[in-house]
Amino acid sequence: MWDHLSLLLVVTPLIAAPLAAILPFGRVPWALAFLVALACAVMAGMQLWTILTGGPIQYELGGWAPPWGIVYRIDEVNALVAMIVSGIAAVALPYALLSAENEIEKHQIPLFYSAVLLCLAGLLGITQTGDIFNLFVFLEISSLSSYALISLGNRRQALTAAYQYLIMGTLGATFFLIGVGLIYSQTGTLNMADLAARLPEATGLKTVHTGFAFIMIGFALKLALFPLHLWLPNAYTYAPSVVTVFLAATATKVALYVILRVLFTVFPDGFVTNTPAGDLFLMAGILAVLSGSFRAIYQSNVKKLLAHSSVAQIGYMAIGLSFASVAGVTASIIHMFNHALMKGALFMAVGAIVYRVGACRMEHLHGLGRQMPWTFGAIIVAGFSLIGVPGTAGFVSKWYLVLAALEQQQWIVVAVILFGSLLAVIYVGKIIEALYFKQATNPELAVEEAPFLLLAPTWILVFANIYFGFDTDLTVGVAERAAQALGVAAK
Amino acid sequence: MDLLIDISLLTFLAVTAIGIIRITNLFAVIMLFAIFSFLSATLFMTMDAVDVALTEAAVGAGISTVLMLATLALNKDHNEKQPDKNRHWLPLAVVLTTGAVLVYGTLDLPDFGDPASAPQTHVAPHYIEKAIEETGVPNIVTAVLASYRGFDTLGEVVVIFTAGIAVLLLLGGRREDPLDDGAKDKRVPQNLVLRIVSKIVIPVIMLFALYVQFHGDYGPGGGFQAGVIMSAAIILYSLVFGLGAAERIIPKSVLMFLTSLGVLIFAGVGIASLFLGGNYLNYSVLASSQVAGQHIGILLVELGVGITVFAVMLTIFFAFAGRERS
Repeated sequence: MWDHLSLLLVVTPLIAAPLAAILPFGRVPWALAFLVALACAVMAGMQLWTILTGGPIQYELGGWAPPWGIVYRIDEVNALVAMIVSGIAAVALPYALLSAENEIEKHQIPLFYSAVLLCLAGLLGITQTGDIFNLFVFLEISSLSSYALISLGNRRQALTAAYQYLIMGTLGATFFLIGVGLIYSQTGTLNMADLAARLPEATGLKTVHTGFAFIMIGFALKLALFPLHLWLPNAYTYAPSVVTVFLAATATKVALYVILRVLFTVFPDGFVTNTPAGDLFLMAGILAVLSGSFRAIYQSNVKKLLAHSSVAQIGYMAIGLSFASVAGVTASIIHMFNHALMKGALFMAVGAIVYRVGACRMEHLHGLGRQMPWTFGAIIVAGFSLIGVPGTAGFVSKWYLVLAALEQQQWIVVAVILFGSLLAVIYVGKIIEALYFKQATNPELAVEEAPFLLLAPTWILVFANIYFGFDTDLTVGVAERAAQALGVAAK
Repeated sequence: MDLLIDISLLTFLAVTAIGIIRITNLFAVIMLFAIFSFLSATLFMTMDAVDVALTEAAVGAGISTVLMLATLALNKDHNEKQPDKNRHWLPLAVVLTTGAVLVYGTLDLPDFGDPASAPQTHVAPHYIEKAIEETGVPNIVTAVLASYRGFDTLGEVVVIFTAGIAVLLLLGGRREDPLDDGAKDKRVPQNLVLRIVSKIVIPVIMLFALYVQFHGDYGPGGGFQAGVIMSAAIILYSLVFGLGAAERIIPKSVLMFLTSLGVLIFAGVGIASLFLGGNYLNYSVLASSQVAGQHIGILLVELGVGITVFAVMLTIFFAFAGRERS
């Protein structure tokens, strides 16, 4: 079974999803989903280790050799992204048990876990595949299931938010498919490695340029890169807490991975720098950091505040990749990893507040810091990481991003990154102020600390934020190797 | 002659599209959508893509029309709201830009059917030359769909499964009312002609679905189309005899079980090939010879596709149509 590791990583949740849907009510579907997520995390860990020690893996599906059949091809980049996705799933599912029972109707629970497993399978399928059309198929699985998951939020706006995301997401997927079709018309292949071999002689063609643009815009929509981010704040705000945790920490990361893969591996060297693509990513990134951070400051709903902050964080990742240098892409990948940790922890902590108070507008938070000290502590540490305080994972991201910008002598970008961190101080400060320094609106109302099952996963991520703030070997080391594996030209 | 047919079909297509945009009566729009799908299916026919044509006719013109009509039945007003005329410059600009870029992209496109183009010379020749030898399936489309790119097809079945789950999460499970008798259901037309004709037609439709299912190896067809056609038979039954009568034949729990079963059959074939020493979905190891193994594998996975598609189509229809009563 060792040889089939990469395949089982995707197929296990894929088979568990229909099983969860027909399992009896109660906690059985949850137990199945949790075991599967745990198994995926273990397999992703083994896969990452195999690749770090033994080089890339290739797996031929159906036993057909590429380019006639579909292959999985995994190097440091996919292995790391698969690790993030399954790791977050394994931490989010224990959290899901109580959170979902609190927010989702009982008869929907088996279908809910089925959809969660589908989303996991979809995201892992996108990550693992070496075939660009297979990527589209799994994109559909993850997208459809995430629309359904978001719509389950118990406010009416959840439906509108899911609908908005459905329209934008479908546009993104369609654009991607059109792009793939156009490129296929000039290369006759769907295998990424084969495309990389055949595209250099076709780069002058208008069809290929158009295809490239469509693929990039399609995934920029899924990534929620400014100005295509309009679906994200509502989707994250109104989705059930655990869905927000999972999607915020994984979905945009996978979209970023696809952009990196297409930009650097599938398309030939220099395509980013010779076309306006690099400049556009840089511009979009800068605007995302500024607009996302400013919008975050003015939010009165904490989930929405964090969602706008996510738009800004995606901006940092776009800035990193726009340099098309090893340092820049490394910074982008490091931030992708660290952002999953910090936003996962923050959304979990906010979800714990929702579990106790039933809402998360600023006025509901007043004085809660004293009554829920562990949740409060998690928000402080993860918030510091989001700002980029030294000793947290967030600092490592910002540090490498600034280094990459300095290498390019992009002084404006350096200023934007630092200014963005300043804005983060303000919006994280706003949450802390509401939690600790504001008087409770109703002092008689005793609010208990969140249950252990919500706190434990939150604090696992909080500790990860601290751990990866000190031990940078894993993140930076792997990210550097990943950037090289992508085929970023060394400068 | 082909050129004339193409030109007239494409003209009709454009006229229908403009009609869809201009007409505000939604019932008429849905009918035009169905016509649009039929025209597309005909165009696929002229391009010799019969499998795609069959799917488009069954899904585009058939099931989606029924689903849109079911949605329309839930609304009192069948007219589109008059759009505010002043605020649509940005969407228009985006659409025009996208269109212009697409046209720009087609400038270098190889000519239609150009034998020297990359898609005709790179991967496709292998399928054409080797499919029979390697899979024993005369219909190359089925060979590519179910074997060479079988994992994509598994993914597509899971997409359909996901759609079913999504609809159930959004609409399903809410109503607990006892199923009423079709005869008492006021919305069911008490039309003798309809009842007798559909009683004659339904078995034929089902038989045709089975033919499409199991003849997919040799002619156009396969699980996707067969599942849709089979579900159309049940949908016709429920339109004429009432939702209650149809749900008595296939209760919701059975439907949920079938929805999962199809995916499990397909994915299970893959697991079986793992245990027999092959890679995932490598059907060649399922029997003593490669061709026999491929044959068994393709038959089974197509069956899985058919079951899930059938069950999901019905699930969606029941979920939509069932809302009327609550």
